[in-house]
Amino acid sequence: MVEQTFWDEMTGGGADVRTVYGRVNEWLKSTPPDVLAARRTQAELLFRRIGITFAVYGEKDAAERLIPFDIIPRVIGQSEWSLMEKGLIQRVKAINAFLCDIYGAREILRAGLIPPDLVFGNPHFRPEMAGKRAPHDVWVHIAGIDMVRTGEDEFYVLEDNARTPSGVSYMLENREVMMRLLPDLFSNHRIAPVENYTDLLLNCLRSVAPPRSAGEPVVALLTPGPYNSAYYEHSFLADRLGVELVEGHDLSVRDGVVYMRTTQGPRRVDVLYRRIDDDFIDPLAFRPDSVLGVPGLLDAYAAGNVTLANAIGTGIADDKALYTYMPEIVKFYLGEEAILKNVPTWRCREADALKYVREHIGELVIKEVNGSGGYGMLVGPHASKAEIAEFEKKLVAQPDNYIAQPTLSLSTCPAFVENGVAPRHVDLRPFVLTGAEGSRVVPGGLTRVAMRAGSLVVNSSQGGGTKDTWVIEDA
Amino acid sequence: MLARTADNLFWLARYVERAEFTARIIDITARLAALPKAYGGGAEWESALSAVGSLERFKETYEKADEPSVIEFLIFDPANQSSIRSCIESARTNARAVRTALTADMWQSINSAWLELRTLEQMRAPFERMSRERTDPFLDVVKAMSRDFDGAAYRNMLRNDAYWFSRLGLYMERADNTARILDVKYHVLLPETEAVGGSLDYFQWTSILRAVSAFTAYHWVYRQSVKPWLIADLLILKKEMPRSLVSCYDNLARNLDAIGNAYGVQGPSQRHARAMLLRLDSGNVEAVFERGLHEFLTEFIADNTRLGAIVAEQYLVN
Repeated sequence: MVEQTFWDEMTGGGADVRTVYGRVNEWLKSTPPDVLAARRTQAELLFRRIGITFAVYGEKDAAERLIPFDIIPRVIGQSEWSLMEKGLIQRVKAINAFLCDIYGAREILRAGLIPPDLVFGNPHFRPEMAGKRAPHDVWVHIAGIDMVRTGEDEFYVLEDNARTPSGVSYMLENREVMMRLLPDLFSNHRIAPVENYTDLLLNCLRSVAPPRSAGEPVVALLTPGPYNSAYYEHSFLADRLGVELVEGHDLSVRDGVVYMRTTQGPRRVDVLYRRIDDDFIDPLAFRPDSVLGVPGLLDAYAAGNVTLANAIGTGIADDKALYTYMPEIVKFYLGEEAILKNVPTWRCREADALKYVREHIGELVIKEVNGSGGYGMLVGPHASKAEIAEFEKKLVAQPDNYIAQPTLSLSTCPAFVENGVAPRHVDLRPFVLTGAEGSRVVPGGLTRVAMRAGSLVVNSSQGGGTKDTWVIEDA
Repeated sequence: MLARTADNLFWLARYVERAEFTARIIDITARLAALPKAYGGGAEWESALSAVGSLERFKETYEKADEPSVIEFLIFDPANQSSIRSCIESARTNARAVRTALTADMWQSINSAWLELRTLEQMRAPFERMSRERTDPFLDVVKAMSRDFDGAAYRNMLRNDAYWFSRLGLYMERADNTARILDVKYHVLLPETEAVGGSLDYFQWTSILRAVSAFTAYHWVYRQSVKPWLIADLLILKKEMPRSLVSCYDNLARNLDAIGNAYGVQGPSQRHARAMLLRLDSGNVEAVFERGLHEFLTEFIADNTRLGAIVAEQYLVN
């Protein structure tokens, strides 16, 4: 086992509490554990009453489970946030430019910056979209960029989510619940609001509607239905946006135009905020067995009669293998250095890298290129000799399938756990909205926290929790 | 029925509605006060006092309009006739006087809020500052009281003059409250023709919507992001919005007509209410802005108060 030290966002590793955490620290010191415990119970009741639950596939009696909520807010200073915000907007701009290019002129391939087989052999690449343009050249309207922090000024992007990122309802509801739960803590802070997220989202969706002669554009949110794990979020967002929550069978395509069935007959839909994966969205174009999608949707899109947010084929930009090229992608399209760093990554497809990875296998995290949710990976420092040997065999057989990264020293934040207040590892998913008039990020995002001591895995499917994220004025 | 009974029912409903509105104003003010100063913050608590029309009275006894003193004044101060405490106490006194005209549920909703308030006060040490951790749940109790009271009346009361007078109190108070919250923020509510500077006012606008529980309703009515002139449209002219001025006047005219029909005499209050309804019904938001929102609201508040006086003269104090 390799011993690691972790940077704590409250103490900064020193004896003094960092300024942004001053009042949270005082509150923690003056609040007895039983009061914190009572607040946690109260929070759980609130979440149950609101109905903010998620479904875990394959777990029968856990059909409506709560994600653990930690009542201690995570605090980020305004100046730290401003830097992150700039970096996020830059990154999403590059992602959109990359998608325009890949489904268009493919200059980046001609420049030899990315191996073509990484694109064309990628399951998320949609040849159907080649030669098609997205309205206003925006492909990714909603991006969730997973960030980690390792020090005072050390921010890394762990993963770009450019398909149908979820979790924003937790960001919004966590804040509402915190306001009810800890009003006194709110009354001595000034915290940048997040409640305007849905309004910004609606503006963004309407801004990319196809041009139409009459009337305001009609937006609808397309969900796979109540059995989907993120259904709560879908219904929550539709309600806040004031748009219909539709399922595939509520929609039909006639003469290249999308309609929803209403009590007053068919109504034309201009923008679909779709929370269904590419594979299932149109059985005529993609998986024919899909009963969730809308037959003919891709045709309607191609005819320019409906805008899909996000566009089809964006998965190519959030792939783990392409992730390693993000600094080059930013530079290629924007002519700027990337503000947000990538985690240093070895692409095992390259011989030198593979050699390095095999030599240092005990120190690295090795991931499958197309894996997600924390499955199918080797955490070198935590693995046994046998596990390493086993994994190395797979690695050597198919090096293209893997990337390796150092085990990052994810920062910690104080969390209220079974035996009191203790540091736990966190990451952050801010949500970047992009419409015809550029990008916006509401301050903060969803902080995920590994509730088990020492654990670096924050995924909710692996027992991770969430906490409210405060961007506060610098003192 | 006795004029005194009608008067008690009228005021009972008004006090319950006012207590709820005050609770809502405190809620949204706390929200605004937690925003960074850059979002237009600073004088939130003072503005809360204007919204409930008590700024002058506050200044007579208190020095600084900060959170603890405003919360003290608006919730607990017995010397403030519009504090939640005073409203509940007056509502309860009125309810006792007309106990037989109320259903048991209506009485209990007020009495149990009163008991909660007493418990809260008894637990308090002399001069102790009440924390929001304790006052927030009480504000929830106040809102629940008003929902209970209103629901019990709507579901169970006989549709006779007792019901109609109680509704008059509710809608007259509600119209006054909606007009006041709009008037406090009239300077951030600009017409469509005027360029809106930045998004800083956004939270001021949405606080108006939240104060009257219209945040989600707004999106369903307009299907677009929050625009100041549409907020004015929603809360003044949209009949489907239960707290809009026009909806309040629709109800006032209807309940006054019911009284007039039952008594076989129409009078000045019916005529005044119908004239106001007609004006709101045929109005549009451009015209409101053309005259000036503040001027429009000032006149409305005065006309609404006048209706109260006419109703009193016609029915309550003769």
